[in-house]
Order: sequence, then C-alpha cells, then structure tokens
Amino acid sequence: MIAQPAFFLFGLAAASSATPVDRGGIVSGIGDLTIKFFEWFGNLSFFCGRLIRAAFTPPYEIREFFHQFDELGSKSLPLVALAGAATGVVLTLSTRDSLIRFGAKSFLPAVVVFSIIKESGPIITGLVVSGRAAAGIGSELAAMKVSEQIDAMEASAVNPYRYLAATRILACMLMLPMLTLVSDFCGIMMGWVANNAAEPISLRLFIQDGFKSVDFSDLLPSTLKTIIFGLLIGLIACFQGMNATGGTEGVERAATSSVVLASLFIILADVALVHLILVFFP
Amino acid sequence: MSAPIAGANAEANGDKNATPVKVKSLSKSFGQQKVLKGIDLEVAAGQTLSVLGRSGTGKSVLLKLIIGLEKPDSGSIFVHGEEVTKMPTKELNEVRKKVGFLFQQAALYDSMTVEENVAFPLRRHTHLSDSERKKRVRELLASVGMDHDTQKLPSEISGGMQKRVGLARALALDPEILLFDEPTAGLDPITASEIDDLIVKLQKERHITSVVVTHDIHGARTVSDRLALMRDGEILIQGTFDDLQKSRDPFVVQFLKGC
Repeated sequence: MIAQPAFFLFGLAAASSATPVDRGGIVSGIGDLTIKFFEWFGNLSFFCGRLIRAAFTPPYEIREFFHQFDELGSKSLPLVALAGAATGVVLTLSTRDSLIRFGAKSFLPAVVVFSIIKESGPIITGLVVSGRAAAGIGSELAAMKVSEQIDAMEASAVNPYRYLAATRILACMLMLPMLTLVSDFCGIMMGWVANNAAEPISLRLFIQDGFKSVDFSDLLPSTLKTIIFGLLIGLIACFQGMNATGGTEGVERAATSSVVLASLFIILADVALVHLILVFFP
Repeated sequence: MSAPIAGANAEANGDKNATPVKVKSLSKSFGQQKVLKGIDLEVAAGQTLSVLGRSGTGKSVLLKLIIGLEKPDSGSIFVHGEEVTKMPTKELNEVRKKVGFLFQQAALYDSMTVEENVAFPLRRHTHLSDSERKKRVRELLASVGMDHDTQKLPSEISGGMQKRVGLARALALDPEILLFDEPTAGLDPITASEIDDLIVKLQKERHITSVVVTHDIHGARTVSDRLALMRDGEILIQGTFDDLQKSRDPFVVQFLKGC
C-alpha cells in the first residue's frame, strides 16, 4: 500500500513531463520527477483559479456549452454503449460459471445488475470517455494553442478559460452520468441476452430478479459519482491542451498525457469515492 | 512645462488624443533569455511604424505585450494613454476591442468557416441582428477581396486568403489600432505584395494607427511611415526610410541591402 503513492507520483510526473527524464542517475531522475510533479500541481492550481474566476462571471457561454454537450455526447455515445454491452456479456458469462460452481445460479441476474450499476458501468464509462473525450479535447486545445488561436481569442477580448475550458468541463460533468445510464442499460440488456443464450430466461423475469434487492441508493450515488469523473476528464484535458508547447509534437504530447492522466485520476478518484459512498450509503 | 503635465494626465486617464501606442523602457525575458532590453517606441495617430529585425529578436513578443497577451518584466505600455501592463482583465478587454491583431499564421479558428471566423468578434461584442451581422461580415470580407469561398474552412483556403480573412476579422470591431505580426511571412512575392497593398489601402480608407512587425524590408517600406530596427532586444535605430539609409552602422547597411 505504501508503494502506491510513490508509484502514482512517478507515473504522474512521467506522464505530465514535457521533457525526457534525465537518465544520468536514478537519484537525480527521481529528483527531477518530484520537482515536475509539484510544478504540475502548482500550474494546475493556477489554472483552476483562473478557470473558477472565468466560469462564475458573466457572460455565460451557453451556446458553446450546448455545442460541446452535443459534440461530446454524440461522439462518446456509440463507444460507451458498445463498452457497456461488452461488459454485460463478459460479466454474465464469467459470473455464471462461478455461480454454478457454488450452486447459486439463481443469483445471476442480481449479481449482474448490482455489478453493473454499482461499479462496472460508471468506471467503464469514465475510462471510455477519458479515452475518447480527453484525447479529443487535449489535442484540439493544444492545436489551438500552438497555432495561436487561443491568443487570437484572448486578443479579441474573449476569455478562453470561459469560452473553451469552462464549457467543455461542464459538458463532461453533465454528460458522464447520462452516458453511465446508457452504459448500464446496454450492459444489463446484453447480460440478459448472454444469459438467455446459455439458458432461456424471459426479460421480465431477468429484470425482476435483478432489481429485486436494488434500491435508489444503489443507483444514485454510483451514477452521480461520474460527475467527478467528468470534472477530472475535462479539467485535465483542458489544462494539458491549453498549456501545450512546441508544434505538432506538443499536440501529440498533450493528447497522450490527457488520456493517461485522466484515466489515472479516474481510477484513484473511484477508490476514494467508493469509500465515501460506503460511509454515507452503507 | 504645460505640455508634459497634459501628457501625464492624458496617460493617467486614457485620453483619446493621447499617443495611440507608447512603449517606455520595456523589458521581457523568458527564463535566462533576455528578449527585450528597455525598448522605447511611440506611434503617432494614423501613422504606421514597422519594427524590423532578424527572426527571433523579440518582435512578435513586443506585439503580444502591447495587447496584454504577455506581461513585461519591467517598463510601461500606454494605449491611448492607458497603462495596459497593470490593467485588470476587464478593463484590458475594453482596450483589446479597440485593437485589431493579425497573427503570423492568421490564427483562424479552424473549426469555424471563413464567415464564422469574421462573425466571431461581432457575435461576442455587438448586438447586431443575424441579418445585420451577415451584411457586416460580407462587407468586411469584400473589403479584403474575399467575397468568395466564405463557407470554406480555413484549412481549405490558401495562406494568402487566410491572411485576408485574418485581416477582415481584425477589422471587425472597427479598431483604432492594428497590430500586424509578419503579415507577409510564408507568402509568395506576388501575394505578399497584394497583402502590402491591401494594408496601405485600408490605412488610407480608415486612418488606423498600425504597428507592423516584419523582417521584410521591402514590405515595411511600402506600408510604413516610420521604421525601427531591432538588434539583440534593443532598438538600434528608428526614423523614416531615408533616415535609415543615411546610417553608416554596418548592421543597418546590411539589413537595407535586402531592399
């Protein structure tokens, strides 16, 4: 457990690093990465400060927000649905085998529904969207940065933190819970299809058995925690994109680091959020 | 004694009659590299000043400092008498609305069409109706010779056309000052000459005060009233083209050989 933060620190510094790590010595390498790690967090804090100031002062960019909401949602939807469906199939097939061994096959619908709505739906959605949207936002804003489009926007007296970053982050935050519900739905449906293929069961019975012990407090916190995933995806991708330097190589670096860091932070946030949810919704 | 006091008041209060652009002892570094070392410049109303120098001598940084995209290490910049270097963002944005900026690569928003690019500042800062805005955009594009291909994306038009659209966008809010960053860089000589002629035409029509940053001495001679030559982050010489020609400084002589 102690090694985890150190590994995270190393991974984060390496992923966010703009320059190759000095290979002269392990000690100096770790020293460099530690400095980069704190430098990255310091810059992110300044970014958040400017972002908050911009986001909560008028004029509000409602038109651009809806554009981004539509853009992110429509482009992520097929991937999320597919990933959710595949998760449902895999979960059903692997769990069915285990449950048969323990003579608890009748619990299969409940196990599938519980697993999907409480954990696999939200985390799969978070990771898929981090791959799709974080790469998209990171590379788009990085390309705008290196070609001076963000400077041009600022020179036109338009705040890029408000117009570009706040709209995308808010769109990610509101889109994630909706996409999670889509992923949950596809997972449960395909779970039924997979189960039905192995042993015929009506959809009504599958749903009835699956949701017998599920209540609202199972669905709500695990779905709403994806708002935090959306915040992390949007924030990290916008930060990496708007701080890109150095032409096409910088764009590539921003896209890659956006995906890596967003995925890493989602997994870590999930650990903390699961603990919190268990405390408040035991 | 009265003139300096009047000037000081104008600078403090943001007087329309004050010098449009005035730069005092401006210094800027990036890390260990000193890019600008105490620059002093002044551009009179309706005049065009070209800042010349070799690539990488901090000319573009000077323009970004004037419009507040970068913060100087020391020194002051006055735009119509208002000190912009310490100005809060809200007030700085009011100044920016009066200043048009043509970027080196035009910096058109690549997700928007030509028409949407020019409409962007109008949509943000005016209350024009859709039809009025479209009419204005068409007028602006026509004034830079771009009354066709208005529904194309920037990636679908040539570099020269991108510069024209960038110029139309810079003119959208009827600026009092125009900043040009290498307006002819990367263009063939004929297109570069067309862009220079276009700048001269717009200056005659609109009487805009301009600062042109370039390394193209021929273009600078065409569009400018005065020129300033930079070397190693400092202004080596400034004056009319004739003043520069009279200089015996080897660097000035070598630079003017390109004309």
